[in-house]
Amino acid sequence: MTTASLSTPGASTAASTASRDVGATAPQTAEPLLSIRGLEKRFSLSGDFLEQLKFKGGKLVREQKHVHAINGVDLDIQRGEALCVVGESGCGKSTVARTVMGLITPSAGEIRYDGERIDDRSTKELLPFRRRMQMIFQNPYASLNPRMTIQQTLEEPIRLHHPDWSPAKVKDKVAEVMNAVGIAPDWGARYGHEFSGGQRQRIAIARALAVDPEFIVADEPISALDVSIQAQVLNLLMEAQQQRNLTYLFITHDLAVVEHFGTRVAVMYLGRVCEVAPTATLFATPRHPYTQALMSAIPRLEDDRPQHIRLQGEVPTPVNLPSGCVFHGRCPHANARCREEVPALIATDQGGQVACHGVEEGRL
Amino acid sequence: MSLLEVNHLDVRFALRRGDVQALRDVCFSLDRGERLGIVGESGAGKSVAAFSLLNLIAKPGYIAGGSIAFDGQELIGLSDRALRRIRGHRISMIFQDPMMTLNPVLTIGEQMVECLKAHRRISTRDARAISLRKLEQVQIPSPEARLDQYPHELSGGMRQRVIIAIALLLDPDIIIADEPTTALDVTIQAEIMALLLELCEEHNVGLVLITHDLGVVSQVTQRMLVMYAGRVIEQGPTREIINDPQHPYTQGLLNALPQMATPGERLNQIPGSMPSLSHLPSGCAFHPRCGFVTRPDGSRRQACVDEVPAFVASGNCQAACHMVAEMIERERIPAEEQDS
Amino acid sequence: MTTSTPTAASSSTASRWERFRDSYLLYSFKRDPIAQVSLAVFILLVAMALLAPWLAPMNPYDLAQIDILASELPPFWVDGSDPAYLMGTDAQGRDLLSTILYGLRVSLIIGFGAVAMQATLGVCFGLLAGYLGGRVDAFLMRMADIQLSFSTLMVAIVVGALFKAIFGGATFSTYAVPLLVLIIGLAEWPQYARTVRASVLAEKGKEYVDAARVMGLSSRRIMFRHILPNTLSPIFVISTVQVANAIISEAALSFLGLGMPETQPSLGSLIKSGFDYIQSGSWWITLIPGLVLVVLVLVINLLGDWLRDVLNPRLYKG
Repeated sequence: MTTASLSTPGASTAASTASRDVGATAPQTAEPLLSIRGLEKRFSLSGDFLEQLKFKGGKLVREQKHVHAINGVDLDIQRGEALCVVGESGCGKSTVARTVMGLITPSAGEIRYDGERIDDRSTKELLPFRRRMQMIFQNPYASLNPRMTIQQTLEEPIRLHHPDWSPAKVKDKVAEVMNAVGIAPDWGARYGHEFSGGQRQRIAIARALAVDPEFIVADEPISALDVSIQAQVLNLLMEAQQQRNLTYLFITHDLAVVEHFGTRVAVMYLGRVCEVAPTATLFATPRHPYTQALMSAIPRLEDDRPQHIRLQGEVPTPVNLPSGCVFHGRCPHANARCREEVPALIATDQGGQVACHGVEEGRL
Repeated sequence: MSLLEVNHLDVRFALRRGDVQALRDVCFSLDRGERLGIVGESGAGKSVAAFSLLNLIAKPGYIAGGSIAFDGQELIGLSDRALRRIRGHRISMIFQDPMMTLNPVLTIGEQMVECLKAHRRISTRDARAISLRKLEQVQIPSPEARLDQYPHELSGGMRQRVIIAIALLLDPDIIIADEPTTALDVTIQAEIMALLLELCEEHNVGLVLITHDLGVVSQVTQRMLVMYAGRVIEQGPTREIINDPQHPYTQGLLNALPQMATPGERLNQIPGSMPSLSHLPSGCAFHPRCGFVTRPDGSRRQACVDEVPAFVASGNCQAACHMVAEMIERERIPAEEQDS
Repeated sequence: MTTSTPTAASSSTASRWERFRDSYLLYSFKRDPIAQVSLAVFILLVAMALLAPWLAPMNPYDLAQIDILASELPPFWVDGSDPAYLMGTDAQGRDLLSTILYGLRVSLIIGFGAVAMQATLGVCFGLLAGYLGGRVDAFLMRMADIQLSFSTLMVAIVVGALFKAIFGGATFSTYAVPLLVLIIGLAEWPQYARTVRASVLAEKGKEYVDAARVMGLSSRRIMFRHILPNTLSPIFVISTVQVANAIISEAALSFLGLGMPETQPSLGSLIKSGFDYIQSGSWWITLIPGLVLVVLVLVINLLGDWLRDVLNPRLYKG
């Protein structure tokens, strides 16, 4: 293994001895709350069996096309941290979130929650985990059932997970979470559409908090909201984290939010994690060429002219994945090895991990 | 005389519970080759403002008053025929969703040729040549092949480039771009914005950019308007507003951005949410959310609740705020006292 | 943290009635004279049918009240009419007005009964197919395709004829109403299943369904408590069309002699019984029930059209 090019000779030895273990970050040794290993998800594009049959050269052939939404993702989430997953549309970040929550069954790989495998369980077997892990969705206009009042919406999870609670106790709990998110409990008899987008997102957060979870997956929870409301909801999420000691898996495309909110950041591209690092490290010294391009594209208030790194071409479709490093087609530093060999995540001396041959070889 | 002058524009929507005023007393102007940003959150009326420039407001909306003068010609009350001659020709529009402009069953080339022929007497061959040149200008790879492709064969970023090429087709004086990059990814957004900026500068085209993204506005435009609940509440050179906003709403909007806070700390949020246009608060529409209604000495500024604030000039900027007016007044009086 | 208030203007919680009063449904109803007239006529017809035993001058099922000598009397505005029989009499001497009122009742019972049957089957199958997807979906939808490829009338004719052949005409007459409900209900469930499946597929993609799954709710509860209430609008709309269709199907079957027996006539069998006498000049026996049928079906369809326009969100939400 070639040593990464580094400023100090001492650090370079540290990098060369860094283990190639996937997933875990070097400084954290505690058992992660959630660990994802080799996760893959393919969606079939070809419809049912009859639609897959095609005539080719006089023969009946069964042909299947797949979208490779995620291809081998390894991630660990430590207790109490907010791990942000960023990437552009189609990079598979939402699929990771939905797979973790059991909304999608993975094609391969495993997900462990607190040491126990959860990806192969049935709805019933997952029930005890549902109380511990909850989800907040992107679109507050679609995530509340339009035919249910707020009270009904919030009571439902409590009743399901605490069937022995008295109605009065359930009501108290609903009032508590409504207060916690800043919605007056007297509004419970109203329907979702009577609230503004920001208020609906608060209600959705209240629903997630109603069963006192320890882990929350938030899939783009603020991207459908206005700027001034985004700040309110982000503050609410951070408050909840402090008060309830929550762990977040936070999916977003907004790097400014990541910088503010995340403990660690995972950057995804075309279904793979290309870089994981503590937030400050990633923003100070992005290593992966894609992370660098992504960072340079954020519209900043300060400079007058965008000085962004222009990438060649566009994100390839996840139907026919490029060989080797998924980013090689757009990478200004790609060489023959990048086109053939899939880079693994290697630890960097700044406490992060990066999947790039260039970094590994010391070219970058 | 500016190229485009909008004065006291009022737009209303006739709804079943009576009229809702979507725009009140909106005034702005645009010089040749100038880039103007219109910023606001959803419901602020920024898109209505853009659409009303070309009288594209769909029913039940209608322009209730004011004037829009383009190159000395009044656009309000103009016949559809006369408006069409301006629309797409001298003023063109870019929408958020490229598929709003592109017809899915026609090739890119067919649509561009059709557009050219509608406004000019031109042969198909010449029209195709112009289309090709415009596609080259927007830096689409293999433009020749794109002419014969259908919109669905292109990616989102590519489509938005085609839209820009169509917008430039007839060498317009002004391009109105309504959230042109909101649906796109950050890296693509940066490229499209850079392209738009470059083309506007190169061809001396005016740009009205409607967006909610303060970052984009600060990088692309020279002047900006901030809108709130159907009114312009602050306007001036973009740099100055970004660096030193006067109106409490603009301040709040900028301060709420995550990049303005220390990571991990609370963000400076504006409490509450934008009022619905049918139930606007009295006086300054922002007063229920404003932290400056109460003066630093604890007294309440009643004007905020009672009177709609007028624009006051502060440097090159103008803000519609009683607090700003009071501060300027206070600064002026001691200065005058010293003079005398 | 400051507590925020909902955007709605009124401070107190709106009651159900207030919600209805402010709804778009009522608003558009007030502005649509066609809908108003249709609803009025429909309510009038239903009321007349329900109150037939009290409204009708005679009971057509009571043989004692039938005077065979008074057969084929014309309605009151034609010469030779008997003032006792406002709309004239049919070939068996029954008072036509009374017979129409009772017939309307039978037609409506069969129409609504068949639709209730279709809706129950169709909604359950549609929900299952849409929500579970995969093989269940493929199986149920192929079933629906097969069912639809037989026309309603063909199924009804075959089943009706078989029933008659096996159990005899007398048993058939006794069970005619439930049997027709069953036949028409079974033949038309795919209409419902398809509509429901389509809207379930649309709703299933929405995040509130994901939220319910993340909560850990069972599929059954998600289907019936969360998805079904949100698919009611299209169900409502096709129900109106289907009631009209079922009434027409019943009339057609009766006209073919496979529906209601002449002793308990529906509108369809009345039309049929009068059809034989058209040549002899007794046009009213066919024409008057025919007109009632046309008006009934027309107002139901007009109401359905109005409802579809109102409930179609694209038309008013923008």
